Amino acid sequence: MSQIIKVGMADLNICVSPDGITTLGLGSCVGIAVRDPVTKIGGLAHIMLPDSKEIKNNSNVPKFADTGIEELVRQVVAKGANKSRLVAKIAGGAQMFAFNSGNATMRVGERNVAATIKKLKELNIPILAQDTGDSYGRTVIFYPENGDFIIRAVGKPEKTI
Amino acid sequence: MSEMSLDNMSSQYFDVLKELGNIGAGNATTALAQMLNTKVDMSVPQVKLLDFKDVGDLMGGAEQIMTGIYLRVEGDIDGSIMFLLGMKAARHLVNMLMGGSDKDENEAFDETELSAIKEVGNIITGAYLNSLSMITSLKLLPSVPFLAIDMAGAILSVPAIEFGMMGDKILLIETSFFDTETLSGYFILLPDMEGYAKILQSLGMGDITIS
Repeated sequence: MSQIIKVGMADLNICVSPDGITTLGLGSCVGIAVRDPVTKIGGLAHIMLPDSKEIKNNSNVPKFADTGIEELVRQVVAKGANKSRLVAKIAGGAQMFAFNSGNATMRVGERNVAATIKKLKELNIPILAQDTGDSYGRTVIFYPENGDFIIRAVGKPEKTI
Repeated sequence: MSEMSLDNMSSQYFDVLKELGNIGAGNATTALAQMLNTKVDMSVPQVKLLDFKDVGDLMGGAEQIMTGIYLRVEGDIDGSIMFLLGMKAARHLVNMLMGGSDKDENEAFDETELSAIKEVGNIITGAYLNSLSMITSLKLLPSVPFLAIDMAGAILSVPAIEFGMMGDKILLIETSFFDTETLSGYFILLPDMEGYAKILQSLGMGDITIS
């Protein structure tokens, strides 16, 4: 029996085929799914903030794009994934309220996406697909079996990237 | 001088914030009753300090569709205030404001109804901030209201991220209003950490720094 593993806000977990892994209601946060297509080992992180170095109280590793992605990769590799084969898909980073403000706090979705892309690039993990930005929430489900990343939003058809 | 953060807040400070929440929610209820021109009762507000991962569950799951009204606050403290309402409650309020229309909760809001719900949020949060401002003598200036109707988790990511800059917990106040139906609403007041210190100091809670 396969099951669906849940990942909360500022949280991450790993997942082995045939199981799937999900996180509900991503807003300005970003969901990062990684997978080794050979061993079919994957994982999902739900990060809230771009940079652990900007904040004094930064012990919660999965909360930040930089430390969260590093930890996600460490855990999937520890489970048996090959780091050089890892590929990623990302979603989220919306701006939930329609401010046209220069305030950095308000544009945190955008900054989360930028920090995620930067970190994955630094780790040489290619991004195969992304569904980011805009102004609506997303629920994502990831299957390491085939790499399907299913995205659900309110009032929109479900899509797979 | 003592240090504090939301994660290790003493029960004394927590009680003060709780009491502010009670008073604010009480004022908001009065404003709501005046607006609807009806009697509105309120249960004792529940003040909750939650881990991020548990926030969605409180409102019936992270995918529960909610109406969120969000205002920036400037003045003596920088921050924001959010008021969240379930769709059933939002629909009920709008129907009452629109002179007793009987649309059900699955019907989408039209433009007029969207501005009505924004105005409800504006009045409720305004009443809340006014009471806080009176008690603390701090100047609190709200922005115009912004509205989002989406999954609870997605809406809550906005205040959660603001809390996330200072700790790993989120402080929110759950209030139930009753007229003919029970309407659950949630207030989330988000001063920055300096703001919390200013609020507590203005109430004579001593000289504290907050990390």
